[in-house]
Amino acid sequence: MQVVFYISGAIAILSTVLMLTRLNAVHALLYLVVSLLAIAVVFYVLGAALAAALEVIIYAGAIMVLFIFVVMLLNLGEAAVLKEKNLLTSTMWVGPAILSAVLIAEFVYILSEGSHGDLPAPVEPKQVGAALYAPYLIGVELGSMLLLAGIVGAYHLGWSRPQKDR
Amino acid sequence: MIHDGFILAGILFALGTAGVLVRRNIIFMLMSIEVMLNAAGLAFIVAGARWSQPDGQILFLFILAMAAAEVAVGLALVLRFYHQYKLLDVDAASKMRG
Amino acid sequence: MLRLLWLIPAIPFGSAFILATLAPRWPRKVTAVLGTGAIAASSAMSLLIAAEFLRNPPSGNAFTQVLWKWIDVAGFRPEVALYLDALSLIMIAVVTFVAFLIHLYSTEFMAEDDGYSRFFAYMNLFVASMVTLILADNLLLLYLGWEGVGLCSYLLIGFWYRDPVNGLAARKAFIVTRIGDTAMSIGLFLLFTSLGTLRIQDLMQRASIQWLPGSGLAIAAAALLLGGAVGKSAQLPLQTWLPDAMAGPTPTSALIHAATMVTAGVYLTARTHTLFELAPPVQFIVAIIGAATLLLAGFSALAQHDIKRVLAYSTISQIGYMFLALGVGAWTAAIFHFMTHAFFKALLFLAAGIVINALHDEHDMFRMGGLRRELPVAFWTFLAGGCALAGLPLITSGAYSKDLILWDELSSPSGAPGLWAAGIAGVFLTSLYTFRLIFLVFFGRPGTEVTRRPGFAMQLPVWILAALSIGAGFLERSITNFLAMALPGTPGTARGVISETSSDIIAALAFATGLLLAAFLYLRPSVRQPSTSALQRLWLQGWGFDWVYDRLLVRPVVWISNIYKNDIVDSFYDGIAKATELAYRAMSHIQTGRVRWYAAGIAAGSALIIAIAIFL
Repeated sequence: MQVVFYISGAIAILSTVLMLTRLNAVHALLYLVVSLLAIAVVFYVLGAALAAALEVIIYAGAIMVLFIFVVMLLNLGEAAVLKEKNLLTSTMWVGPAILSAVLIAEFVYILSEGSHGDLPAPVEPKQVGAALYAPYLIGVELGSMLLLAGIVGAYHLGWSRPQKDR
Repeated sequence: MIHDGFILAGILFALGTAGVLVRRNIIFMLMSIEVMLNAAGLAFIVAGARWSQPDGQILFLFILAMAAAEVAVGLALVLRFYHQYKLLDVDAASKMRG
Repeated sequence: MLRLLWLIPAIPFGSAFILATLAPRWPRKVTAVLGTGAIAASSAMSLLIAAEFLRNPPSGNAFTQVLWKWIDVAGFRPEVALYLDALSLIMIAVVTFVAFLIHLYSTEFMAEDDGYSRFFAYMNLFVASMVTLILADNLLLLYLGWEGVGLCSYLLIGFWYRDPVNGLAARKAFIVTRIGDTAMSIGLFLLFTSLGTLRIQDLMQRASIQWLPGSGLAIAAAALLLGGAVGKSAQLPLQTWLPDAMAGPTPTSALIHAATMVTAGVYLTARTHTLFELAPPVQFIVAIIGAATLLLAGFSALAQHDIKRVLAYSTISQIGYMFLALGVGAWTAAIFHFMTHAFFKALLFLAAGIVINALHDEHDMFRMGGLRRELPVAFWTFLAGGCALAGLPLITSGAYSKDLILWDELSSPSGAPGLWAAGIAGVFLTSLYTFRLIFLVFFGRPGTEVTRRPGFAMQLPVWILAALSIGAGFLERSITNFLAMALPGTPGTARGVISETSSDIIAALAFATGLLLAAFLYLRPSVRQPSTSALQRLWLQGWGFDWVYDRLLVRPVVWISNIYKNDIVDSFYDGIAKATELAYRAMSHIQTGRVRWYAAGIAAGSALIIAIAIFL
């Protein structure tokens, strides 16, 4: 099982790097979906089966699909791919690469005195559900309000007014 | 493995940051932000697994809900942006003069 | 009735406050009624109190009313208290009555001005301060009134503030009188530290006990108070502000710079007469200043073009007469001349105002002419006032008061024939310039056209003042006897040289000579150009005092301040401002408006903070 963890981790990192360097938006999105699925596997290995399912259903299944729909709506075409090529030069990578390297180094340093434990015990969905509706009830309510706000906001922004430009 | 899980989350987060800073296309920036959110969620799950408690997954659930709402509104904004500027270049939306 | 003394200053203070804060929103009629009514009430009050005072004089011929304790610090306890005796009674009666007439006149004169309520507020404040000055029981309260009138003078000279020339004139007046005020305040310090009180009556008593005549302290104190008097009364060497103060509205010139404020110096000297008597050298200097000023100003008045400037120099000259009287110990004569001068000088200014108003703000005499038929009101009243000023014998008050002064010059022990001769020369000059003015303005060919005639509110005051200018002279005996209750009499040991009647006759001859010479020079139709000889130009500039002061005092001070303008301390503060500006320019590069730049900022910042958290 631990091997699965490391393989999935590697796939996730690789597909994320590939995602960042694509020129075509749809290709990048597909690589992102692969990355998310790999993370779902990681969740399962860590014993969080519910989280793994949710990751697949909601993140990869709904959010990424939404992304793809929007990209298709925009209907960018070949011209966009060429433009991306012009924008994405190698010199642009220098700064962000340095920043990210620094961040990674800091994380590794902080975590350097961690334990290399073995497989953690799985946490049942039943436990998650019970905890969700007792101590974290307010969070649930707030989450639902947030989603409502998201719906209303998205509807309002998406509605094109007859005359006014913006 | 817990330890490596955190390192994985950290690497994914840093990659997401790099993506936000590099790409000028809005869609790509939003995707990178999703990567960052996902990495944060991974960190929560790993922490929950460390203590064998459901709290990690619960927080991941909240992060998920938030990401969904954010993507919905964010993509609606992207559509408006495209409607106005006819481009997806985020640097076009800069009216300040130095 | 005497207990209502405090109303005399209080009513104008109150109305000034109301006019300043509320009146701009009211219709003009209300402002006029309130402004004039307050002074009318004050005047009525002072006349009633005068009647009461005459009927039952209070004990010691003086009434003190303590209002409240002002300061109480380490033995320094001035109170706000009013002191009424014959001297202050005469002064407030004259001041409030003349002020009332001038306010009535201004309701019509200033009727088209924007700052109508502002004008009345300032004038009321002035009258209140002047009355405080006169009624003050101690020198500190007097100084309060002193400063108050100085402030109102500044405000009223610069009334039409939109023209920078008026502001300059106002500042000049304020600064020049400030020099005198500083001398006076040092005098107050000296008096308090050596005599321990500022209550005027106590001061006089202690001074006469503790100081020997001619002692250094007495001379110093008297000289310093004289400095203040000289500044406020526009005598040599601080007379330069008064001609320029004519930039203010004519009612202001009439009230402040003719009848009341400029006589504050005379009042101060008369009030503290004991100090001057204890310092004979200073008193002699007072007489010298008076004589010199009256001659200098008389010559200057001969060469002026502007009708108000002639009257301004005339005021300086007449106050010189009052100082001349004070200098030889003729206290009552000086105050009597103040009274008659208040009447005829206010009259002259108001009548000049009628002329100026009628000719649509024309001030140059050489462009006027033949107004005898067009403006009979102005002509007859001006004639009455002018004759009083010049001293037409027997029927004008001015003649009586001037003759009294001249006689006292000759007869008083500290008088001298030289001073008397200066006075007689002054009579000649006064007559000359007065009739020059009258002939140029009212006789000859018509000059500028008359566009406006005076109404009732402008005519009534001038007629009343004309009657007073003529009639007040007959009250000479009663007034001087009344004043003897408060001021020491003039010891008049007749010198064997000439008698009083001879002095009067010689003065009358001087008057007639001046009149004839003026008629000869200015009644001819051909003289319409002012002469431009060098002497005339010198007199026009007031003997060049302004030029000297400018070169000697003003320019060096301005030069020094220019040096200080950019000194080190300034550079330090400028440096702070510049540094801030540089930092702003540098930091403004951070605001690029690009999202990725901001995101990079966040990422770099968090990296930095995490690093700090790890390593520190």
